[in-house]
Amino acid sequence: MVEKPIYFNEMGMDGAVRPPYAGLDSWAADMPDEFRNTKQSEAEALFRRIGITFAVYGEGGDPDRLIPFDMFPRIFAANEWRKLDRGVKQRAKALNAFLMDVYGRGEIVKAGKIPGRLVYQNEAYEKSVVGIKPPRGVYSHIVGIDLVRTGPDEFFVLEDNCRTPSGVSYMLENREIMMRMFPQLFRENRIAPVENYPAQLKRTLASVAPEKCDGEPTIAILTPGHFNSAYYEHSFLADMMGVALVEGQDLFVKGDFCYMRTTEGPKKVDVIYRRIDDAFIDPLCFRPESMLGVPGLMNVYRSGGVAIASAPGAGVADDKAIYTFVPDMIRFYLGEEPILNNVPTWQCSKGDDMKYVTENLAELVVKEVHGSGGYGMLVGPRSTKEQIEAFRAKIENDPSNYIAQPTLALSTCPTFVEEGIAPRHVDLRPYCLVGENIELVPGGLTRVALTEGSLVVNSSQGGGVKDTWVMAE
Amino acid sequence: MRLQVNHRTTYKFDPPMRGVAQSLRLWPSLFEGQSVLDWNVDIDGAIRGANFRDGAGDLIETATFLGTVEEVVIEVSGTVETTDLSGVLKGHREKVPPLAYVRRGPFTHPSPAIRDLATEAVMGAENPLAQAHALAAAVGEAIAYTPGETDAQTTAAEALDAGHGVCQDHAHTLVAAAICLDIPARYVTGYLHAEGDIAEASHAWAEIYVQGLGWVGFDASNRVCPDERYIRLGSGFDSIDAAPIRGVSQGAGAELMDVDVTVLDAGQQ
Repeated sequence: MVEKPIYFNEMGMDGAVRPPYAGLDSWAADMPDEFRNTKQSEAEALFRRIGITFAVYGEGGDPDRLIPFDMFPRIFAANEWRKLDRGVKQRAKALNAFLMDVYGRGEIVKAGKIPGRLVYQNEAYEKSVVGIKPPRGVYSHIVGIDLVRTGPDEFFVLEDNCRTPSGVSYMLENREIMMRMFPQLFRENRIAPVENYPAQLKRTLASVAPEKCDGEPTIAILTPGHFNSAYYEHSFLADMMGVALVEGQDLFVKGDFCYMRTTEGPKKVDVIYRRIDDAFIDPLCFRPESMLGVPGLMNVYRSGGVAIASAPGAGVADDKAIYTFVPDMIRFYLGEEPILNNVPTWQCSKGDDMKYVTENLAELVVKEVHGSGGYGMLVGPRSTKEQIEAFRAKIENDPSNYIAQPTLALSTCPTFVEEGIAPRHVDLRPYCLVGENIELVPGGLTRVALTEGSLVVNSSQGGGVKDTWVMAE
Repeated sequence: MRLQVNHRTTYKFDPPMRGVAQSLRLWPSLFEGQSVLDWNVDIDGAIRGANFRDGAGDLIETATFLGTVEEVVIEVSGTVETTDLSGVLKGHREKVPPLAYVRRGPFTHPSPAIRDLATEAVMGAENPLAQAHALAAAVGEAIAYTPGETDAQTTAAEALDAGHGVCQDHAHTLVAAAICLDIPARYVTGYLHAEGDIAEASHAWAEIYVQGLGWVGFDASNRVCPDERYIRLGSGFDSIDAAPIRGVSQGAGAELMDVDVTVLDAGQQ
């Protein structure tokens, strides 16, 4: 029997409240049940009115169900955030240096720091952009870094998201709703603002306009359409930034440039924030049957007529097999020691690692190399013998498709539950913007596992979200 | 050898289609085996642009058309001076790491039969070059050159099962056989001046990365390495990725394609 681990409660343990939460102790304790219920339904009504939904497919039920919102905020002290801020920016910088390198001279491979086959044979490595130097040398303009906390000063990076990390609309909406419902909390506490994010994103995108663009760059968000689970976010960000939201059919290529159809005629587009996968961007370069993209867009991109954020090919940096090497990237490109820890990771493709994994399945978390959304993973300590054996068969069938990590003791944060207030496990995804500057809004998306004891925070698996506060200096 | 190429591709759309867009890879590669004396690509009514040389060394250009299109005629003509380098792609500037070409695609996914063929072929081959030759010979042996048995959608595995095919099938199968042994390989398109032999003036073959030599061409259809009768255009993972003309159009109509290619020995005229 595995001993039940002691989890770090961010609010404090045994009655002692940690400083960042000091203002909230009595707020929550003194809140009458009835008031709380009213507020909770008020929040839900607000979310519905805004239209914020999250589609989950293949599970039956309401496809547009709300992500549960928990009113108890998750809070970081200013000094805690300073470290996260430096660590996240450091990582985003190194990941971009890596991308420029592996589509350029490949120094990190030549130096023997990362095996060439992991990079170049990777599904996410795009041969078609080799040698392309995107404006300002940035491939990944929005880097979402998934973090968990295991102690007062211990943070681990679970994974990097260099392609099109979603969820930032929840960060903004959660704050908006909290401010509307509990204005006095924002008067009594000095909470750093997050609402500059859309302006920062727009500035970042404008800063990577191609050289051929003179004057104010035209920016558009390219969405696969309203069937996509993150469509709400695409239209939300377009609104907030005041830029066009387009689908592939709204764009066309003519000569050296890409244009969008508008009521006033064609308008040249300089920067495309795409929220579609590489494979669908352009049927003349990638998947020939794709109808979602823009024929010829990749040629315009590669000849310097348009910028694409994130750049096609950026995904090779956030692959789970490459993840292991991010600390080496930081040392190699920046000459610094990593500020944030990686979780020790076993690659099932390696014989020794595979042996360890299969012998310790009951204690490990096993994930698919290309998986996401908490699907197709095994949380050993929370699984039955039968589930573990079934998963063992899957791993043995295709070892290179799996990695394993120790089960981390994710920190908890007080959360409103049926019985009152109880600790629930949380993670954090801050959104780092990389363009002319590297910027990080003080906050992020906190996801919370609402089921008691659960360590899976994904919204597709019953997770909820919280407002994330960073206390001002 | 001085080769003169005339290559006309005609697309007819019935009914006429909108949103016709093409990516062209129709310019001879730059390497020691060939030098271009003159080369023209003409397309009536096309808006052309967005041209660049990609990481694999190929010149690429885009052609789009406004409004509805009934017919597109792409006229390629030019003269190239070629030298026999026994298939070695000497002096070709490219940036894509060879390992990026060890990738299974829809056309080159190795079936058990391809795996067996590859493993058996390289048995006893003493060095990488001998292995590459052995693979090419085995593919040429296993798939008889027979036009009309396969089509543009046929995969390597299907062609090998059928035992018949054309240059596209030979090239796909050779690429599939090499990559299942973790040897980088790619699909190459170009022109061939052929007399008597298997005549496919618009041609395809494979290149295999041989340690020490670099990329080396192997034409399993003709059981030779490309010599002075070959003009190389470009490369890719498979016939779609390497296509000299890759196009899309919007509409539900039929597309008819007609290709007319001649490759003459200009020195004999």
